[in-house]
Formats: sequence, structure tokens, C-alpha cells
Amino acid sequence: MGNHSDGGPNDSGTVATAGQNEVEKFQDPGIPPHRLRLADTDPKAAKKAERQVALLFGISVVGTLIFLVAYFAIDLGDDSTIATIRLQNALLGLGTAFAMLGIGTGIVHWAKALMPDHEVSEERHAIRTEEDRQAAVRIVDDIVEETGIKRRPLIRNTLLGAVALAPLPALAIFGDLGPRPDDTLAHTMWAPQDGKLKRLARDPDGTPIKAADVTLGSAFHVIPEGLNELSEGKLNEKAKSVVLLMRLNPEELHPSPGREDWAYNGIVAYSKICTHVGCPVALYEQQTHHLLCPCHQSTFDLTQQCKVIFGPASRPLPQLPISVDSEGYLVATSDFHEPVGPTYWEREQHVLIPNS
Amino acid sequence: MSSSQTPDAPVFVAKTSGGRITDFVDQRVGGSGILREFGRKVFPDHWSFMFGEVALYSFVILLLSGTFLTFFFDPSMAETHYAGSYAPLKNVEMSVAYSSSLDISFDVRGGMFMRQVHHWSALLFVASVSVHMLRVFFTGAFRKPRELNWVVGSVLLILSMAAGFTGYSLPDDLLSGNGLRIIDGVIKSIPVIGTYTSFFLFGGEFPGTMIISRLYMLHILLVPALILLMIVMHLFMVVVHKHTQYPGPGRNDGNVVGYPLGPVYAAKAGGFFFIVFGVVALMAAFFTINPIWNYGPYDPSPVSAGTQPDWYIGFVDGALRLMPGTIGDWKVEQIWFGHMFTFNVLLPALVPAGILFTVMFAYPWIERWITKDNREHHVLDRPRNAPTRTAIGMAGFVWYCVMWAAAGSDLIATHFHVALNDVTYWLRALFFIGPVIAFIVTKRVALALQRKDREIALHGRETGRIVRLPHGEFIEVHAPLDEYKRYKLVGFESPAPLPAVPNENGVVDRREKRRAKLSRWFFEDRVAPATPAELEAAHGHHGAHEAVEAAESQKTLSH
Repeated sequence: MGNHSDGGPNDSGTVATAGQNEVEKFQDPGIPPHRLRLADTDPKAAKKAERQVALLFGISVVGTLIFLVAYFAIDLGDDSTIATIRLQNALLGLGTAFAMLGIGTGIVHWAKALMPDHEVSEERHAIRTEEDRQAAVRIVDDIVEETGIKRRPLIRNTLLGAVALAPLPALAIFGDLGPRPDDTLAHTMWAPQDGKLKRLARDPDGTPIKAADVTLGSAFHVIPEGLNELSEGKLNEKAKSVVLLMRLNPEELHPSPGREDWAYNGIVAYSKICTHVGCPVALYEQQTHHLLCPCHQSTFDLTQQCKVIFGPASRPLPQLPISVDSEGYLVATSDFHEPVGPTYWEREQHVLIPNS
Repeated sequence: MSSSQTPDAPVFVAKTSGGRITDFVDQRVGGSGILREFGRKVFPDHWSFMFGEVALYSFVILLLSGTFLTFFFDPSMAETHYAGSYAPLKNVEMSVAYSSSLDISFDVRGGMFMRQVHHWSALLFVASVSVHMLRVFFTGAFRKPRELNWVVGSVLLILSMAAGFTGYSLPDDLLSGNGLRIIDGVIKSIPVIGTYTSFFLFGGEFPGTMIISRLYMLHILLVPALILLMIVMHLFMVVVHKHTQYPGPGRNDGNVVGYPLGPVYAAKAGGFFFIVFGVVALMAAFFTINPIWNYGPYDPSPVSAGTQPDWYIGFVDGALRLMPGTIGDWKVEQIWFGHMFTFNVLLPALVPAGILFTVMFAYPWIERWITKDNREHHVLDRPRNAPTRTAIGMAGFVWYCVMWAAAGSDLIATHFHVALNDVTYWLRALFFIGPVIAFIVTKRVALALQRKDREIALHGRETGRIVRLPHGEFIEVHAPLDEYKRYKLVGFESPAPLPAVPNENGVVDRREKRRAKLSRWFFEDRVAPATPAELEAAHGHHGAHEAVEAAESQKTLSH
């Protein structure tokens, strides 16, 4: 008998008693005797509770008035200041709160202090009788039997086939919810237009950037020249083409074969769209040359061609090959060589260079 | 209604004005039967039953405030230049949706208040649904006959999150736009159909010009209609089953003990609606929520650090953050047969949520299979009296919370001045061991509480009075419990493991063996309720400290 306990503080471990069925149980003593409240016995207390409830309802009236005063007396005018808005919001809220809490607490207090608080016991009735239960099963069986669906597999199978195909038109009409993706995700505005290389411009004002403006250690948020002038689809293009431009010591960059001429004088441009799920990789740590995505903390190392060094992203940020034009402005020598942004099913077919 | 009553000569005449109105309505549309059934229907009372009420009431507040907002909101993504009264954004290019959201905030009288009420009650709605589900789980209220209502409740939880997310995105501000961007990235990671699905949803490339009006339709029509439908089903089943009640003296599976619906329960529940509304109004008055004017219009380029989704999306976002994209130099994202398998996004986005919801939906049937308990239960379990279930629930809860905390990993790092990477590493470890620790600790705590209950039931409560006995020993005097309090501590079932039983062919199949093993795991650690014999024995000896041994001698070893 040594290795069990009754749950006393000195014993721990598994506890068991002899078979439950044989051990007699405590009898249910029934609902505890009703205890009278003060308001039930003392008319003064009842009167006091009554006044309290009335007072709470009165507070509600005051709250409604506060709301109305705040609504009509505070004029937002044509140029509402934040302070006015805040004041009106606070008063409207306070008024509503008083109006509602007054009614709510009043009713609850009324119920708790003055309405009869005898606990009542009510029998539960079975959801249905045993007879109904069996009848229901029998009816369903009869219905299935009378349709003969089990005996006539031809009917059953053609019906199943018809029902399975019937939703196809619905799928078809949903097919026009959007255009087919084709290879739109693989192209951005950076592709040279009519033989003219696209200049790198500042985000958001769109002024082009001279290579001489980019001092060592600086970083620019970049959009392609002409983006702001687009009449439609501007955000779509921007969502693919935003770029981060940074200047490092050229010897800190370690370009892989084929990418030696993608930088200019230590200036490199990388897609700003995270390869994880597409947030802008907006944080640049100047000291460590790390780029950090604020959404899910993917971290990319600029000195290793934006290889992922931490976080949920799997692929490096795509690099934009850049150079300068005759006027000294930074230009993209071509589009990205791979799709930017989050991975998608067909992505591999849109990659131009295998080693990126 | 009855045919024996001649229509022109009612025998019974109501005397009070309330009675006359009731009778007038009844003689025209009927309903006396309904009133007879429900007017005095008994509802058990407990503070934890209010979470469901909070959910219902915050949904009503959502409908009211949401209707107001639709009068002024324009879900168009057409470009416009802001001309409202918020000076910092004057003339800034933005969508009509964002501009009209700003107008609601700054130029519609009471609009700011309504937006705040709507957003706060949305957060409260999902929160109260979640807490209500936790209450139902931990008290075992999902057991027969309420399994289907548990399923309806789980659907409601998902719908409430869908309602929240579709609404969150509508103002087309920078923060929610980035949220949509993440959704787009997750959708694109789906094999085969991902890219197409994204193009269909957004009407082309992200962000396109369609998504806000499409989400708007879902947010104000489809999702609320489904929620309403589910709420009706939910409440209908509550009526059919009658409410569960906590264990205690006078309560058993055959009765309902509580207050009659009219007037006490109706007054308390009705009054509570106004209290919930009042509290939401207070929050809306003094705590800013979703200040879209600070974020600016959506633009794919900027993002601010330390941004957070609404709380209920946090666990998915956190899971996305926890998943490593590269392990050493090995990429989690794989190229197979020329196609992308984006496991670093797919796995965290689908697997944890999938596991949580699958287990949630299936749990009533899992437990019923393990325990072979096919009886109806109307009396709730105190969580301590079902230690394994409580431990399972806590393991799931902790798992959820680890992911949820991970959604704030950057804020944890900046607030506590620790390295972001370390926070992530720790949370990755906790993702795996957190639920295990939670399971073990919870189970032990539940068993300890049960022992404490036994102790109190047998020896009474500690009075704090120290008495010196004639021979010099000090003891603390214990006051015995009255029978009602004691019954609360002893009136529960403590099922023993159910060994494998042969099926109709006389064979114990493998499935049954597995079930028996799980049953053992489920029930082997248990504390039996104290019995009258044990109490007798405890009282037979004077002095509480001896009773422990006394009780022990009454028992035999069973395994």
C-alpha cells in the first residue's frame, strides 16, 4: 500500500481509490436554503435601492444630454483641428458611456437588489422521446428506400456526375475576376524603353539621381523615372519596381561572376520588395550593411549580394544592374533578371540568369 | 387558438393593461405557447457565461455602428487628392476609400466616434468569442448533446476573424495595405493555383483597383449574413439543449437551477447589453484605435517599423516570422520539377492554423472516442476535475500564445532591449517545448487543486487559529464545511481508464487497443472525490493532522 496517496500535501503521484461503483458517494444536499437580502427584510433598504436605481437612470439622462450638447455645440467647421475632434470624440463617448452604463447598471442593480432572487430548479426534458428517435431513423430509411437510389446505381451515378459538373459554370464565371497572370510578374518598368535606359529617380518626388549625389554610406529610396507620370496602374508598377540604392566601399561588395558591372563605383541597387511575402525592405543598417524587412524581420546582407542571413525569406533580393548615362545620372542597364517580390508557382520559368 | 373557444366570446378577460396587450397580440398572431415555454424558463447564472453575451452584444454594436459608417464610406480605389480638413495630408494623392475614411474621421460629425466604436467592438467581438470558446472547452460544455453547437461556435470564430480582417483592410491606409501585401504573398505561395488566385482576388496585379470594393462586399454583406445565420443556429441550439450549469448542490444532469428568464435573468442580460455598449463607448472616447491618418495612404514603397496587425491575425503573422527561410545555406524554398514550393511561407501560414482549427473542430469527437462517454452532460466540469483535457487545452493555448507573441518579436526586442534574433530563437524553441511544458504543468496543477479540494472536503478549511494542546503540541483549528460547500468539492466524476474491450466478433482490434492506450493516458492520473466513509474516518480521529493516515487506511491499491 505504499505507492499511492490520497492527495495529501505530503504525497504526490498517482492517486486511486477502490472501484468507484462500490464506494458510496455524498448525497446531493439540494439547493442551499435561500438567504434573504437586506432589501427583502428592511423596507428602508428597499427604498434606498429603489432610489439608487432611479439615480442611475438619472445619470443615463445626463449622459444623453452630454452627447447632444457635444454633438450640436461643438462645430467642426470647415477646418476642424485635431484638438476639436478629440474634444468632441471624448464628450460623445463620455455621453454615450453615461447613457448606456446608467441604464445597464440601473437595470442590473434593480434585478439584483429588488427582483425576487429565489433560485428555481426546472426539470430538463429529453430533446425527443425514444419513440420519436426510432421513428425518425425509420422514416429516413424509408425515404431512402422508396427513392430506390441504392437499387438503381445508374440513376445514382449519373446524378452524382451531373451534380459534380454543375458548378463548373460558376467556376468559369469566376475566371473573369481577373486577367491571366501570364508573365506580367516577371517584368517591371525598369526595362529600357525604345532603347532608352531608365533613370533612377527619388521616391516619391521622381527627380533623377546623379551618381555624384550618392555619397559613401548614403541610401536612397528609388523609383523608375516616369513612374509618377503614369496615368493608370501606378501602384501596380510601383509595387514591383521600388528599389533601394546604397553606396559602399567597392571592396566591400563581392559580386559574383557575371555581376561585376552591375554596380557603379560602389553604388548598388536592390529590389526593395521582400522575397518573403512582399513587404518593403525599408530598414538599412549603415554600419553592418544589413537590410531588414520590418514586417517579418528577414535580414539581407548587402556585402553578400543581399543573401538572407536571418528570418523567413529564402531568396536574396534581386539586384538591379545600374550604370551612369552621359549626363552622369544613374540608369538601369536592364530590367531585373528575375521576378521581384514573393515567390510564386511559375517563378522559375521567369528567371533569366540561373546563378542569381 | 383552441377550437373550443368561440372567437367572438372569449371567456377569459385580462385585467391588467400589460395582460390586455399580451392577450391582444396573442389572439391575433398566437404565441401564448412560446411565452408559456420561455417566459419563465430557468437560466443558470455564472460570471463566465457572460463571455458569450459580450460576443452577441458587441456584434449588435458592430451592426449599429457599421451601418452608420456605410452611409459615408466609399470603397472606390480611384485616385483623388485629399481636400478634407486634416492639414498634414492636404492635397496628397490617395484612393477615394482612404479619403472617405479620413472624412468620416474629421469631417463627419460623430464619425470619429463611430469609427472608434466600430473598431473597438470588432476587437472585443473576436476576443469575447475566443474567451467564450475557451470557457466552453475548459468546462467540457462541448460534450454530448452540444457537439454540433461547438462546431457552429468554431465556425463563428473563423467568421469573426474574416469579418475583422476584411474590415481592417477597407480604409486603404498604409498599415492595412501592407497586411494585404502579406496576404498576397501567402496566396502566391500556394502551389499550382496561387498566382491565378492572387490575380483573381486583386483583379490583376497587386494592389490593383478592385480589392477594396470586393472586400467591402464581403465585409458588409456576405460575412455578416453568415455570422447572423450562425448566431441564430447557435442560440436555437442553446434553447433546445437548455443552458449548462456549474456543478453544485441541487444541480444535476436532470435539472436546471437558476433564475427565471422573466424578470430577473432578462433584466440582468438586457442590462448587460447597455453595460457592454457603455464600456465600448468609454474605450472609443479615450483610447485611439487605428489612427489611419498617421499611416498615410497605401503606397507599396514605405513601411513603418514596429507595425502590428489586429490582435486576432497575430498568431498567423507570428508563425510567418518564426519560420526560418534558410537553414544554414539550405533554402527552405524548393524548386521541384521547375516549379516553386514555397515551404517557408506555406508551412507557417497553413500548418499551425490548420492544426489548431482541425483539433478544435474534432475535439468533441476525439474525447468521446477515447472516453466512450456517450451520455448527455448538462453539468459542467470544473477544469481541475478533468486534468488531461485542461492540460490539452492549455497546451494549445500556449502554442497559440507563442505564435501570437512572435508577431510582436520586434517590439519585444526594442522594449526589453534584447537582440531581435535572440527573441526569435527563444520563441522558436518555445514553439516546440512550450505546449509540452504547459501540458505537464497544467496537469500537475489541476491534480494538486483536486488534492486541495479533497483536503478541504475531509478536514475543513483552515481558520488561522493556532491552539496549544495540553501536551504542548500546536495545531491549527480547521472549521468543517457545511454540506453544500462540501458537495461542491466532492460532487464530480473521476472516471478510471477504460481497458480495451472486444468488438462484436470477440476481437480486440488495433484501433481499440490504441483507444485503450489513449484512455489510460487520459485518465490514469486522477484524484478520486472524497467519500462519506473517508470523512467519517477523518472525523473519527481528533486532530486534523492524523486524518491523512486515517483516510489512507480506508483505501486499497488499484494499480
